[in-house]
Amino acid sequence: MCEVGEDYRESAPGGPPLTRPGREQKCVKCKEGPPVVVIRAGDAFCRDCFKVFYVHKFRAMLGKNRLIFPGEKVLLAWSGGPSSSSMVWQVLEGLSRDSAKRLRFVPGVIYVDEGAACGRSPEDRARTLVEVEQVLQRVGFPSHVIALEEVFGLPPSVLRCFAQEPESVGTEGAYKAAVDSFLQQQCVLGAAGEEPWSQPRPQGPQSLAGPPTAVQTEALSGLFDSVKTLTAKEELLQTLRTHLILHVARTHGYSKVMAGDSCTRLAVKLMTSLALGRGAFLAWDTGFSDERHGDVVVVRPMREHTLKEVAFYNRLFAVPSVFTPAVDTKAPEKASIHRLMEAFLLRLQAQFPSTVSTVYRTSEKLVKAPRDGCAASPPGPRCLLCLCTLDVDSADSATAFGAQTSSHLCQMQAPGPQAEAGTPTTLCCCPGLGGAQGCCASPPWTPCRPTSWPRPSSAARGPGASRRSKRICWGTAMMRRCPVGAEVRALGPHPTRNGQARTGRLPVVVHMYK
Amino acid sequence: MVSIFSLPRIRRSLPFPPRPDPEMPAPQCASCNKARAALRRPRLGQALCGTCFCAAFEAEVLHTVVAGRLLPPGAVVAVGASGGKDSTVLAHVLRELAPRLGISLRLVAVDEGIGGYRDAALAAVRRQAARWELPLTVVAYADLFGGWTMDAVARSTAGSGRSRSCCTFCGVLRRRALEEGARLVGATHVVTGHNADDMAETVLMNFLRGDAGRLARGGGLGSPGEGGALPRCRPLQLASQKEVVLYAHFRRLDYFSEECVYAPEAFRGHARDLLKRLEAARPSAVLDLVHSAERLALAPAARPPPPGACARCGALASRALCQACALLDGLNRGRPRLAIGKGRRGLDEDGPPREAEPEPSGPPASEPVPAF
Repeated sequence: MCEVGEDYRESAPGGPPLTRPGREQKCVKCKEGPPVVVIRAGDAFCRDCFKVFYVHKFRAMLGKNRLIFPGEKVLLAWSGGPSSSSMVWQVLEGLSRDSAKRLRFVPGVIYVDEGAACGRSPEDRARTLVEVEQVLQRVGFPSHVIALEEVFGLPPSVLRCFAQEPESVGTEGAYKAAVDSFLQQQCVLGAAGEEPWSQPRPQGPQSLAGPPTAVQTEALSGLFDSVKTLTAKEELLQTLRTHLILHVARTHGYSKVMAGDSCTRLAVKLMTSLALGRGAFLAWDTGFSDERHGDVVVVRPMREHTLKEVAFYNRLFAVPSVFTPAVDTKAPEKASIHRLMEAFLLRLQAQFPSTVSTVYRTSEKLVKAPRDGCAASPPGPRCLLCLCTLDVDSADSATAFGAQTSSHLCQMQAPGPQAEAGTPTTLCCCPGLGGAQGCCASPPWTPCRPTSWPRPSSAARGPGASRRSKRICWGTAMMRRCPVGAEVRALGPHPTRNGQARTGRLPVVVHMYK
Repeated sequence: MVSIFSLPRIRRSLPFPPRPDPEMPAPQCASCNKARAALRRPRLGQALCGTCFCAAFEAEVLHTVVAGRLLPPGAVVAVGASGGKDSTVLAHVLRELAPRLGISLRLVAVDEGIGGYRDAALAAVRRQAARWELPLTVVAYADLFGGWTMDAVARSTAGSGRSRSCCTFCGVLRRRALEEGARLVGATHVVTGHNADDMAETVLMNFLRGDAGRLARGGGLGSPGEGGALPRCRPLQLASQKEVVLYAHFRRLDYFSEECVYAPEAFRGHARDLLKRLEAARPSAVLDLVHSAERLALAPAARPPPPGACARCGALASRALCQACALLDGLNRGRPRLAIGKGRRGLDEDGPPREAEPEPSGPPASEPVPAF
C-alpha cells in the first residue's frame, strides 16, 4: 500500500505474502501449540496464547491510561453486540481472578432497548428482552434495562456540561494516592473479614420504570420516521442513547461509562466524523476517554481489538451475545455516510491489510486541544447536542466565510426570498409528544413547504435563529440541513415563541416534513 | 435549460433534455428573479441562472483573495497552468479580477514529459495564452532535472512488484518546477487551481495513509512562503469541482479534459472514489471534509519539524535534503525508491552521487545534480 513510512525491501515479492498455517506451522508465540487464528496478517496463535494476548490487550489499555480508580463505579454500556459482550465478559473474568492483578472497580451493566427506533414489533422486543435478561443473569452485575422511550422523560440538565473538579482528574500522583489508600482500606477490611464489593451480588435487571407505554413508543417511532436520511437517524440515535446512558450513570452514581467500540468500528467512526464535519472533535469521538460531559467520563477499553479478534474470541470462548437489528441493518451501501465508510474501509482493508490499523494509529496522534495554541483562552460555548466546544466561531476559517459569502450574495440580490427567510425562526416548544404537527401548522418560514427552496442559510435568518445557530457545532448544523427534506431541529433550554417556560422534557424535537 | 443537479432525480432514461416535470418546474433564479434557474449550488442548494452563478463564483473568489490577503496589489502572480479545467478557470477568473486586485498575471506551464498527454494539454495552454494575451513560460522536467522525464521515471521504478509511485515523483518535482518557472518570470506569488474536492481528497488520503505530518500542515489557504520559497495559495479552494466545471461551461472556456496516463495507479483514486460516493449521498460532504481538515488538532510530536534549507539546492526542506533532491538522488543512483519510505536508509547526504554506481537507465551518474 502507498502507506507513508512503509519500509522498502530490495526484492519485494509480488503482493503481500499469503501464508496459511500449514500442518507444520506452530504458534508464533509458544512455538508448541497448533495455531487456530491468524492475527495481523501473518501471526498465527494457538488458543491459549490468543487468549493471553487478548486479555493482555484489554488490561494494558486500562492500566496504561490509569483513569479508572480502584473502587470506582463503572457502568458498562452493553448493546448485545460482539464487542460490548466481549468487554463485559473481560470485566467479569477480570474481577473474578484471584490475584493481585484483579480489576478493582465496581461494575454495572446497562442495556438500552432501541426497538422503537428500528421499527420492531413489541413481540420481537419482548423476545429480545428475555434473551437479554438471561445473559444478564449469567453475568450477575447490577444491571439496568432501559427502553429508549425513556429519553422523553429526561430533564434538560442532561444537556449541560457539569464542571469537573480538577483534582480528581487522573494525574499520576492522584492515581497512585488512590491506589494506595484503596490497598490500605483492603487490608483493614480483609482483617475484619469483609469484602462488600468484591463479589458481585447476582441482581436481577432493574428498570427505571415499567415497560414503555404505547404512546411513548409511537412518539419515538414518529420521531425517527420523520428523519428522512439514515445518516441523521444514526446520529440522532447515538445522541439520544448517549444522553440516556449518561443520565442513568449520573442518577446511580457511576462516574465512568465503558463503551465497547472496537478498533474497526472506531476507524469507521473516525472517517465518518471527518466526513460529517467533526474534524475538530475527533479526539473526543474516537479517543480512549471522552470527558466532555464533565462528571461522567466515557472510556473505550476495546479500542485496540479488531473486529476479527473479537469475533474469534467470542467464538472460541463462548461469550454470550444477543443479536439485535439496528437502524441500519440490511440498509444498502449508499444509504448513509456510516454505511458508505464502513463498506469502503472494509473493502480497502481486504486489499491493503493494514488500513484499519493505520487509521487507528493516526487517531492516536490526535489531541484534545484546539488547533494552533488557542488553549490559553477560556473554553468557549458548547454545542447543544454533542457538548463539544463550538468550532464555527473563528473568523479566519475558510469554510465559515464561504458559507457567509454565498448567503450574503443571496441576500443582496434577492429581496423576495429574504422577506420570508428573515423571519426569526425561533424555537418551537413541543413537549415531544403531541405537538409536532401542531407547531408546523403556521410558521412563515419556507422549509415547511415542499416545493420552495432556497432553504435560508443561517446567516440569512433573523437574530433569534442566529443566536440559536451559534449554539450548535458544524457537524450538527449540517445534520440539520439534510438535503432530502427533513431537518432535525435541536432545541436548547430556550423559552418558546410565546415566551412560555419549558416543561421538564428532553428538548429534542424533529419536525415532520414531507 | 438542463439542470445538472436534477439529473439523478429523474428516473426515466435520458435523451436530452428531460421533460420538465409539471409538478416541479425549474424555479426562478434566486438572485435576479428574472431568468429560469439553470443549476442548484451544491452547498446550500439555491437555484441560480447562468449569469448570476458566474457572478457569484467570481465574487467568492474575489472575497477569498481579499479576505485572506492572498495577493496584495502590485503582485506578479504566476498561475500554474496545466490546460485542465481548474487552472483554466483560475486563470480566467484572475484575469477578470486583475484590474480590481491590481495584480499582473503570468502563465507558467510545466512539461513533465508524459507522452500522449502533456503535449495535448500544452497545446490547450498555448491557445489560452494566445486568446488571453498573457505571457506563457513552459518549463520542462527534462531541462530542470537532468533529463528525467516522467516516462523515464516510470520506466525506472517499474518492475519491482509494487506500484510505480509516479505521482509521488511528479508531485514533488512539479512543485519545484513551478517555483523555478515562477522565478524565471519574476513572479512574487504562485497560485494553483486546487479546488475543494482536491482538498477533501487530500485529507481522506492522508488519513488512510497515516500521514500525520501532512495532516498537521495542510488545511489552510496556502503557505505563506517561509525560507525564501514563493508564497503559494489556492484561490479556488472553496469552490467545489462541480461549480468549477459549470463555470467553465457557462463561460465557454476551452480546456483539456483527459486524465493523466498514470492516474489509475495512484492511491488518490481510492480517495476520489470514496469522495464521489460521499457526495452522492450528501452534497455537502466536500465542504464538511474541508471544514474538518482545517480543524484537525494533531499532537506536537506528529507535526513536521520546522523547515530549514536543503544542503544541496538551498530550497525549503524539513530534513537535510529537500524531497526533490532526495528523489533525484535516488533516481540517479539507480535506486529510485531511496527517498520514498521511512528512514531514507543509505542516503548519502553529503556530496554528489557516487560515479561508480551502475546506471540501468537514465543519464549517467557523473552528471552533477543541477543547481537551482
